[in-house]
Amino acid sequence: MDFADSAEEARFRVRLRAWLGENNPHLPASSTSDEYWEKQPEWHRSLYRAGFFGLSWPVRYGGHDRPTVYDVIVDEELAAAHAPPRPNLGYLVQAICAHANDDVKDRFLPDLISGRARWCQGFSEPDAGSDLASLRTRAVRDSDQFIVTGHKVWTSYSDVADWCLLLARTDPDARGHRGLSAFAIPMNQPGITQRPLKMISGVAREFGEVTFDAAVVPAVNMIGSSGDGWAVAMTVLAHEREPQELGNASRYRKTVKQLQKFLRDDPAGYDAEQFRQLAWAIVESDMLAHLVSRRLSERLDGLDHGVEGSIDKLLMTSVEQTVGHAAVDIAGATHDEVGASMLATYLYSRAQSVMGGTAQIQRNLIAHRVLGMPRS
Amino acid sequence: MDVRYTAEQRALCQAARRVIDRLGSRAVADLADERRAAALDEAVESSGWRELRAPDDRGGPIASGVEVAIVAEELGRGLADAPFLGPTLAMELRRLARASQAVDRETVGLRRNLAALASPGEPALAIDARDAGSALLLAADGTLVAAGLHEKAGSIDLTRPMALIPNTEAVTVGSLTEADRQRWTALALTITTADLVGSMRGALDLAVTYAGQRVQYGKQIGSFQAVAHLLADALVQIEGARAALLYAAWGVDSLAPPDAVAAAASAKAYAARGARLVCETCIQVHGGIGNTWECLAHVYLRRTLLATDVLGGVGPNLARVLEHAGLGGHL
Repeated sequence: MDFADSAEEARFRVRLRAWLGENNPHLPASSTSDEYWEKQPEWHRSLYRAGFFGLSWPVRYGGHDRPTVYDVIVDEELAAAHAPPRPNLGYLVQAICAHANDDVKDRFLPDLISGRARWCQGFSEPDAGSDLASLRTRAVRDSDQFIVTGHKVWTSYSDVADWCLLLARTDPDARGHRGLSAFAIPMNQPGITQRPLKMISGVAREFGEVTFDAAVVPAVNMIGSSGDGWAVAMTVLAHEREPQELGNASRYRKTVKQLQKFLRDDPAGYDAEQFRQLAWAIVESDMLAHLVSRRLSERLDGLDHGVEGSIDKLLMTSVEQTVGHAAVDIAGATHDEVGASMLATYLYSRAQSVMGGTAQIQRNLIAHRVLGMPRS
Repeated sequence: MDVRYTAEQRALCQAARRVIDRLGSRAVADLADERRAAALDEAVESSGWRELRAPDDRGGPIASGVEVAIVAEELGRGLADAPFLGPTLAMELRRLARASQAVDRETVGLRRNLAALASPGEPALAIDARDAGSALLLAADGTLVAAGLHEKAGSIDLTRPMALIPNTEAVTVGSLTEADRQRWTALALTITTADLVGSMRGALDLAVTYAGQRVQYGKQIGSFQAVAHLLADALVQIEGARAALLYAAWGVDSLAPPDAVAAAASAKAYAARGARLVCETCIQVHGGIGNTWECLAHVYLRRTLLATDVLGGVGPNLARVLEHAGLGGHL
């Protein structure tokens, strides 16, 4: 058992560190600002061209077929260099890899991974949040295409997306999670309108809602077979719950480092409670980094994390919100740029217990599927 | 990086699990079963687990902090009343001091609040003192001494009795450097963290079993979200504590001493907070039964209270974490 880098990992880290020394775009070092979202495509392509993106994904589609630990090394080094985080596409790539046929994979994965095409994810609806299976967006077959009508919300990156991974009901007679299918639908067409949603942090570039009014998607763009939509959605959600996919452990540690600086620069300006909050933020963010190491290692055995992902999601949530509380209580009241970014970090943290399945849903899953508690 | 257990570590884990499943306490009445306790003590003795930190030919420990944590976790899960914590910490002190092995079973003497090793002459308690003949104390100048044990004292932990250390002549056995002392502190925090994680697992198993059996309003109480979510949160605490523990256990022998202490302090703070939550959840889920002496829930809680106090719980360890971050003296 060894937490230290192997020789090859260490060489990779050195090479990446050198590249970052020359190529750090010095964007806002967090995903809580609109400036970040504006420049993110460029940053994505820059990482990709240098060979530091999609490290664990198949070579055939532009990845590098390395173990997932290399993605995490990238996360750690980006955070250490105060560079922006790695764009977060793992959940889309994993779902397409796991469920789509070779034609769909060949057509979509290379551009998705290289950053030439932007994607969003159309799952939630105004009346289908936690109860995702009750979604009502319909896709009706019309010769070699489907006609899509419905309303999606909480759609991340809908404003810049070229494609949407859409979950829609293809069998109107089926109820619940049966009769759903997944599609890659082009966003730039007359039948689709999207409207950004401004979040409580003030960010307006990340979230949107999308209306589909007789929008068209070719039948060959179905991901998996007809009726596989729920399975595709579950793959997406499982990966959205895993901190190692998201690079969040490094993001939290970066915020913690910034907070440490506040207290070091002016120790007399803070009370014991603020020091205590910082200490918990260190403890929790370190714990998450070690959890990521453990999960990455378990993957070397080919283990697939299904429902344990709910445990990791709750741990990640707890860390993000502990760090968020420390951020607002230590620095949120300073009326300057850093203070504003810490306030945004705090406000952004409130979404973590909602996105990718609420904390309450995760607890239900853990109780039933891990602990074997009977259903109510 | 590869933090999977080795084949030997997996085998050790299974061996410890088998011993505990056979000889651990599954009911409060088991604690009074002297034959069971003696059989468990014999099993721990013959397995060599108390010698994991004995010196090898070159003075290094026979086994790393990871093996120590594996055994401590399983013993904590099964409420083992055979000494492991005390003898292992004593063995480590003697190894670091390059002292000869103790003749009889030995443990360590801590200050009355258990937060640090006691110096000779100050009021001290020997922890985990069943069948121990002596306890090690550490003077401020690093001199390590062995003192004979006096009479039994009460313990909050029903599985690990304490003994008083009389203020009599102590025998010098060696001396420790500051780095040795840090190495020992890292091990002490790690082993108590592992004990906490094990006890949390045992307490949650107990609560989950009960929630699957107890019926109210015509349903098993585990089917109610209010109960199910308490149990889910308990599991999340355990998994988080376990992640921090593994790093600390590896760090005992692989990190520089100040970093090893910080990693272990971080894990201990996390686990100590979680242990209280999990054990209190166990009592709550058991309702009125959980507040009776006959329910094992309080035995778990008491065991975690002792493991928490040894070398300090949440407060002292958050302070250690801050000190490592260059922010000492503020908690």
